[in-house]
Amino acid sequence: MHLRCTDVQFAFDLVMPGSYIGVMPRRDPVNDPLSSLRSMLEIRRFEEAVEELFSRGLLHGTMHLSIGQEAVAEGVCATLQTGDFITSTHRGHGHTLAHGADPTTMMAELLQKNTGYCRGRGGSMHIADVKNGNLGANGIVAGSMTIAVGAALSQQMIGTDKVVVCFFGDGAANEGAFHESLNLAKVWDLPVVYVCENNQYGMSMSQDRSTAGGSVAARAAAYGMPGETVDGNDVEAVCLASLEAVERARSGGGPTLLECITYRYRGHSKSDRNLYRTQEEIEDWRDNRDPIQRFIGKCVEDGRLSNEQVTAAESAARESLRRAVSEAFAAPDADPADLEGAAYA
Amino acid sequence: MAELSYRDAVAHGIAQEMRRDPQLVMLGEDIAGAGGVFKTTVGLLDQFGPDRVRDTPISEQAILGAAMGAAMTGVPVIAEIMFSDFLAVCFDIVANEMAKSRYMTGGQMSVPVVVRTANGGGSRFGAQHSQSVENWCMMIPGLKVVAPSTPSDVVGLLAASIRDPDPVVFFEHKSLMASKGEVPDGEVIDELGKAKIVREGSDATIVALAYMVPRALEAADRLAEDGIDAEVIDLRTLVPLDTNAILTSVTKTSRAFTVEENPRLCGWGAEIASIVAHEAFWDLDGPVVRITTPHIPLPAAEALEDMAIPSVDRIVTTVKENLD
Repeated sequence: MHLRCTDVQFAFDLVMPGSYIGVMPRRDPVNDPLSSLRSMLEIRRFEEAVEELFSRGLLHGTMHLSIGQEAVAEGVCATLQTGDFITSTHRGHGHTLAHGADPTTMMAELLQKNTGYCRGRGGSMHIADVKNGNLGANGIVAGSMTIAVGAALSQQMIGTDKVVVCFFGDGAANEGAFHESLNLAKVWDLPVVYVCENNQYGMSMSQDRSTAGGSVAARAAAYGMPGETVDGNDVEAVCLASLEAVERARSGGGPTLLECITYRYRGHSKSDRNLYRTQEEIEDWRDNRDPIQRFIGKCVEDGRLSNEQVTAAESAARESLRRAVSEAFAAPDADPADLEGAAYA
Repeated sequence: MAELSYRDAVAHGIAQEMRRDPQLVMLGEDIAGAGGVFKTTVGLLDQFGPDRVRDTPISEQAILGAAMGAAMTGVPVIAEIMFSDFLAVCFDIVANEMAKSRYMTGGQMSVPVVVRTANGGGSRFGAQHSQSVENWCMMIPGLKVVAPSTPSDVVGLLAASIRDPDPVVFFEHKSLMASKGEVPDGEVIDELGKAKIVREGSDATIVALAYMVPRALEAADRLAEDGIDAEVIDLRTLVPLDTNAILTSVTKTSRAFTVEENPRLCGWGAEIASIVAHEAFWDLDGPVVRITTPHIPLPAAEALEDMAIPSVDRIVTTVKENLD
């Protein structure tokens, strides 16, 4: 898709003519590609830093990296406002950063510091940034899907125009909570945008072996809501699909299901040796379909970005992550003296 | 002061709180037009309308997930799970989500949800509609656990649960629904974590909960005929647990008995026994004795269910044998 639009409203009119109600997205990969490039680079560098710290024995526990999937987090979160809600997954670093989290505070959480988002009680799988509307990553597959329904119910009842984006993976689409969540959201026409990040494997189980009917998006029809399959490695395509879905939710049109096809380059978690897929498959996605390289290539080719801008964005992302890591390392460790502190109000 | 049934006290207590807090919402199966399968929500739809008293599909995970998500974002919720057995269907939300979110996020959020659910045996419903599962919830950090035995406690503890910022699982006992009691006029608010001495005595402490409270009281009357003066404690809440009330009583009587509907293994009485053994060991004149349901799924047939659940006879016999 090649867009020659001059502003977000025009971009929006392409997909849903005449119904734009005026809540501007926070970033615009079509007309301001630099901001979305920076966001995706920040996610990539953050996760590469996490991976390196882990391999050097400086970071412990587990982690689930979304390297290769950045266009989904950015394409969707670009269309939101601070204060819109997201619910995330075990693979949530990208969503969290794209929705406005501070990388230093996130890194501090991963490094078990008292200054982390959860003061060391959460770790990688439970980062929440409630102030910005991020209701939390979740260690249970599909665990946040019904919670998203409730966040949307409260917004509908209070009468705000906030929307809730519910991120989940292809694996979660086969959990019972997926069905209960989509059904109830449509029964009550709640402002939820369901974003399936289909990275094609639930741990080792490929989607074609796990998913009857073959398509998650097609399941939307069963709930009477719009469903769309999107190239999840094309940040502009994700953004446009999300704009339409967010706008529908904001204006009282109810939920939408987006299935963004993408690919994770790393294993499911640190213990995964990728025995269920070929190195050729991983390299094909990494070398030929990488969402960041594709976006850079396209923007440089059509003149929206210069090589100098790209180089500057890359070094800025590296520098900002270096600073985040060193600031996080310098922070005080999580404090055992307050072990029981947050269990009850 | 008005006499209310236990089931009417539920609707009475909910109405009190829904009038106070115009944001408060109810979610559950068959709670609106039908008034609840145990008729505990009769009249609420008429008073508060279908937006605030919401029938849901038969989707227990969605009920509790929606309750939690709404509560985290500004709308406190009373959610009903029709039978407590069905908590197993949505236990991810109970055990992994609402109980842990506050802690896992370093206190960034509160989850002011009350999960009301019909608990306990005696109705001949069989093993999937009769369990007492308050111990399932007691063992999960982050939850509070309440199980009232009288109409006035229903109203007051419901108010305390709703006003509590933490998730509370509120067990209403099926076999107490028709029982009656006085409820004070005006706003009734109680406190979580306070047990009640419902009968004073000096020879033995009997610790009971919910439907086992009236049985323990009847047993105490029978024991008195034999010259045994039993003190009966209604725990009312398991979390927070009023250990002080238990230990003070045991220090006085020197003997402790628990009466539980939970199956034997890991019923709440085991925790009480452990606390008493640890904290009041030198005050005891004999072992702590648990009177429980055997470790079986509950049967439907009257003769079998009556044998399984602690009866007045079993309480009397057990206390007498152990005091001899």
